[in-house]
Amino acid sequence: MNTALNQYAAAYPELAAAMPGQGLSWLQQLRADAFTQFASHGFPSPREEDWRYTNVSALEKKAFNPVSAATTSFVDADCLKQYQLADAWSLVLVDGRFDARLSNIQGLPDAVQVMAMAEALQLHAGQVASYFGKAVDTAEHGFIAFNNAWFTDGVFVHIPAGQILAKPIQCLHIVTQEGSLATTRNVLVLGDHASAQWVETFVGADVGYLSATVTEAFVGQNAELTAYKVQCESAKAYHFGGLYIKQARDARCIQHNFAFGGLLARTDIRADLEQAAECELNGLYLGVKRQHIDNHTRINHVQSHATSRQLYKGVLDDRARGVFQGRVVVAEQAQKTDSNMSNRNLLLSADAEVDTKPQLEIYADDVKCGHGVTIGQLDEKSVFYLQSRCIDEATARNMLTFAFANEMVDKVTLPTLKALLLQFLLKHFPQNSYVD
Amino acid sequence: MLSIKDLTVNVNDKKILKGINLEVKAGEIHAIMGPNGSGKSTLAHVLSGKSGYEVTGGSVTYQDKDLLDMPPEIRAREGVFLAFQYPVEIPGVSNVYLLKAALNAIRKYNGLDEVDAMDFLMLVKGKVKALEMDEKFLYRAVNEGFSGGEKKRNEILQMAILEPKLCILDETDSGLDIDALKIVADGVNSLRSPDRSFIMVTHYQRLLDYIKPDFVHVLAHGQIITSGGPELALELEEKGYGWLEDGQVAA
Ligand SMILES: Nc1ncnc2c1ncn2[C@@H]1O[C@H](COP(=O)(O)OP(=O)(O)OP(=O)(O)O)[C@@H](O)[C@H]1O
Ligand SMILES: [Mg+2]
Repeated sequence: MNTALNQYAAAYPELAAAMPGQGLSWLQQLRADAFTQFASHGFPSPREEDWRYTNVSALEKKAFNPVSAATTSFVDADCLKQYQLADAWSLVLVDGRFDARLSNIQGLPDAVQVMAMAEALQLHAGQVASYFGKAVDTAEHGFIAFNNAWFTDGVFVHIPAGQILAKPIQCLHIVTQEGSLATTRNVLVLGDHASAQWVETFVGADVGYLSATVTEAFVGQNAELTAYKVQCESAKAYHFGGLYIKQARDARCIQHNFAFGGLLARTDIRADLEQAAECELNGLYLGVKRQHIDNHTRINHVQSHATSRQLYKGVLDDRARGVFQGRVVVAEQAQKTDSNMSNRNLLLSADAEVDTKPQLEIYADDVKCGHGVTIGQLDEKSVFYLQSRCIDEATARNMLTFAFANEMVDKVTLPTLKALLLQFLLKHFPQNSYVD
Repeated sequence: MLSIKDLTVNVNDKKILKGINLEVKAGEIHAIMGPNGSGKSTLAHVLSGKSGYEVTGGSVTYQDKDLLDMPPEIRAREGVFLAFQYPVEIPGVSNVYLLKAALNAIRKYNGLDEVDAMDFLMLVKGKVKALEMDEKFLYRAVNEGFSGGEKKRNEILQMAILEPKLCILDETDSGLDIDALKIVADGVNSLRSPDRSFIMVTHYQRLLDYIKPDFVHVLAHGQIITSGGPELALELEEKGYGWLEDGQVAA
């Protein structure tokens, strides 16, 4: 075992004794296997193809530790307001633990189950067991193993068949303490024909911490999920988050991934598509200073007639580095697959960098698959055109960059979230005023 | 208003403009004609400050100021407007947003407050109507997916709102159908005033039928080889440029 990992592994036995799901043999087994896997392999290494561009060795040098429940600091409800959607049912996780006091699920239909993962493991263990680890397993990579072994809490959401939720459910992850490790595990289930909007927001105090999270989502037949991830971690934080979606026949899923924060941030999004499922993945990453922002997508076309669309846009400034690796795998029986993947990058400084790697793996013969990548600077013709219309150069560049990024915010259908994201963009590109 | 003296310009070390002389007084309309590749758009671009052009000699004075010394946006705020031969598409920036930003930039430059939102809308809608454009164009991204003629009309809309002092129209007539040409020409004519001047680059007499120029110049091989009144355009329409380029230039 890598000696650097000792600090995580050495601390584990004591931590494990206090983790949720003690009495559950399936979970204990899963944790033990995950720990063994992590203890021998550690965090992913740049030698792994999927981690070539993102070196996580910094995590091994620092020791991030879970915060014990007792020391969880008070989070001001006012401070949450800037991230909390006014029109959503909200679930708040502070330093890796569900906080009932800050959460609000008033008016949620009775048939919908929403609770802390720790509680779900006590009250509905059988139900959790039928989903937990079914969308992603320990073998995926080091952070999944780590999450399986280390998770302290999360949320469990079950929306029964036919249930259409009028309001979105927001899961707000907050980390408040320097050096802390917040490892959360969420399970989201939509029964057949159900419909829901799911927003995961990640924020933190202006300190260094590690936020490691995994969400498994199961979208039933003909069900519809609109999922958002808004990653606004502290500029000193490490963020590793995965969303693993299983879409049943005819299920529809649109996922919007906004990666704004973190010193080093990586998001993995995977969707497995059964027959005629539809999947749309949209992403926007904005990197400044020395940020490293990595986004990985993978769409598995398992059965025929499914469609997938991906559009990821990146804006990198200063010395920031962006990574996009998108993989579409079309299985032999997945005939009539219709898939398109596009990644467009705007580099605003000579020191900014992006590594982009779209991959198609096609084993079926009757498919329509395309992909495209662009990496470029702002179009000088456009800059001049705006200047010739009285706009100064700096503002012109800002307008064009804002317009490039705003295309992704424009796709957001949830008005409150859209407004919040727009605020963020305007702060990021300050010379813009917005008129509608 | 505008005085161009012995202007020489290189593009990528190639001489494109080889000594242009042109005097434009307030209220005048000058038409510039000439063969493809002779340097008409180059002249228009140099006047509006596009980069990539190296001025190797001569001067341009605009309202007693050195025009070449100003960055493009200052020229624009000072009243120089170029209606592009090939207007640029700007995805993600709506027409109305650009119009407002541009107008406010001028107002700020002139020490005025930002335009009132309602006043602005009234102004824009009035101009849109005059140019017989659909109001929907206001909310579309600048020129994105516009047809050739729609782009040209949009340039005139911008001009009508910004009310420049020196309007440079680079082949605004190309790509316009007959009805559109008339509408655009009406738009231009309604802007005519004793303190506003126009330089119109065109290949066709038909624009000049609607907007009668005071002077017609022929630009060939980077020089103005002849100048005259409106009748010169008619002559060119009939004879082409060959007789001029063969050296039979009237002194
Ligand atoms: N960036 C450039 N690099 C090289 N040559 C250029 C460049 N820009 C313009 N030129 C050349 O300069 C010459 C003049 O071009 P310009 O566009 O000014 O012609 P024009 O008179 O407007 O022609 P047209 O009537 O076809 O619009 C042409 O030969 C053109 O190829
Ligand atoms: Mg031209």
